[in-house]
Amino acid sequence: MINILLEMLSYPFLVRAIMVGLLVSLCASLLGVSLVLKRFSMIGDGLSHVGFGALAIASVANIAPLTLAIPVCIAASFLLLRMSESTRIKGDAAIAMLSAGALAIGVMVVSMTTGMNTDVYNYMFGSILSLSKADASLSIALSIVVLVLFALFYPRLFAVTFDESFSRATGIPTRAYNAALATLASVTVVLGMRMMGALLISSLIIFPVLTAMRVGKRYLSVTLLSAAVAVLGFVLGMVVSYVYEAPSGASIVCVNIVLFLIFAIAGAIRNAITKK
Amino acid sequence: MSLIQIQNAAFRYDGKEVVSELNFTIERGDYLCIVGENGSGKSTLIKGLLGLKAPHNGTITFGEGLTARQIGYLPQQKESQRDFPASVQEVVLSGTLNSLGFRPFYTRRQKKNALTQIDRVGMLPLKNTPFRELSGGQQQRALLARALAATQTLLILDEPISSLDPVAAADMYHLIEEINRNHGVTIVMVSHDPHAAAHEAGKVLHLENRQLFSGSAAAYRKSEIGKRFLGGESR
Repeated sequence: MINILLEMLSYPFLVRAIMVGLLVSLCASLLGVSLVLKRFSMIGDGLSHVGFGALAIASVANIAPLTLAIPVCIAASFLLLRMSESTRIKGDAAIAMLSAGALAIGVMVVSMTTGMNTDVYNYMFGSILSLSKADASLSIALSIVVLVLFALFYPRLFAVTFDESFSRATGIPTRAYNAALATLASVTVVLGMRMMGALLISSLIIFPVLTAMRVGKRYLSVTLLSAAVAVLGFVLGMVVSYVYEAPSGASIVCVNIVLFLIFAIAGAIRNAITKK
Repeated sequence: MSLIQIQNAAFRYDGKEVVSELNFTIERGDYLCIVGENGSGKSTLIKGLLGLKAPHNGTITFGEGLTARQIGYLPQQKESQRDFPASVQEVVLSGTLNSLGFRPFYTRRQKKNALTQIDRVGMLPLKNTPFRELSGGQQQRALLARALAATQTLLILDEPISSLDPVAAADMYHLIEEINRNHGVTIVMVSHDPHAAAHEAGKVLHLENRQLFSGSAAAYRKSEIGKRFLGGESR
């Protein structure tokens, strides 16, 4: 295992990909705690599809992909937030519509112009090879910003996650914090999308926290465990992907499924023991 | 001047008027119980008092320097809180957030305040217990502590005993009364149970899409409307 890791680290492009992947996984798993507990999991999924549409258009129009995708995703995240708050339209149905729509528009734009090339394929299913040096530095910088902001907002994110109506009633600007959460999630989704693919990026947000919740019972412990699970899942996933020459995104998700099952069994055993 | 003065206020919900002709005051140290059937406008009025909903008619005036940050709130419990991973201490600490200003993290002052409030509701031995593993009564106590951590001025309690068994409900009433009497915290409690209003609170506001009664609990017990809703009770 150590030997394989060392061998992987001897390739500069893999080192770059692992750096970016680790940071993005950390961001996703930490934001995921709030998103999942606020019942916003679907927003992550919606964002990845909007991100795909934006990246497809950027690649056709020859714009740097991140400079278009990040603002578009942030705008979409505000829209998705509004949709999920609205009681008049069914929020979940509206999100599903928006995400399918964005995906379809992306596919149409590409197939009518350049045709389905490897770039587009990579955005769909993820590839570590698609990461240029400039992209990597930008991704690393942005994920560090997300991590720092997450840490600084931690008490506030807890409050609006646990009980938004209480926070709002006691004078906390909950809308601003929801918007901050959506913005951070958008940046994370776009950064992680090239590695994980539009179809799998939301699993980085959802799996680690659900796995951590099998065992953790306090917010801080769930947050820290979620981060640890994300890092472990990412490293093991990359090793699996390297050894079996499998796509990185799918490998990471499969490792996360195994981790989830292990934690679920451990949690069940612990509950059975403590009840006796 | 009163803490809160409501003059001729009316509220709409989804374009329809749900409650109107509201005229009452909340004084410092009051224990006011708002009663009425489901759909009588209680929840809408609460939103108005919390500043989450503006009256479409009339006025709500805060006096004595009262601000939104000095109103603590015990909301009805939500489904999503049932499986939420958080300890009692984490929950109560989040109540002190409004005193944080621009500082990113809780200081010793907030942590001490949280522990004081946990102790006040008798939950100190359970401070590290996960919220979701508490009984219904204990959860309500923890949420009451959180509201107290936010403010010592005015607490709005939305159906605080609706999901509790009789023993836990009696405990909760006792605790609320104690907080009101010994610590001078103004209480506004919403309930669908007129008996609770008549025997626990000092003042009663009875709603049925308009104000049916507003006055002292003693007067409520003697009034026509009070007698009707309290049944054959003659206390």
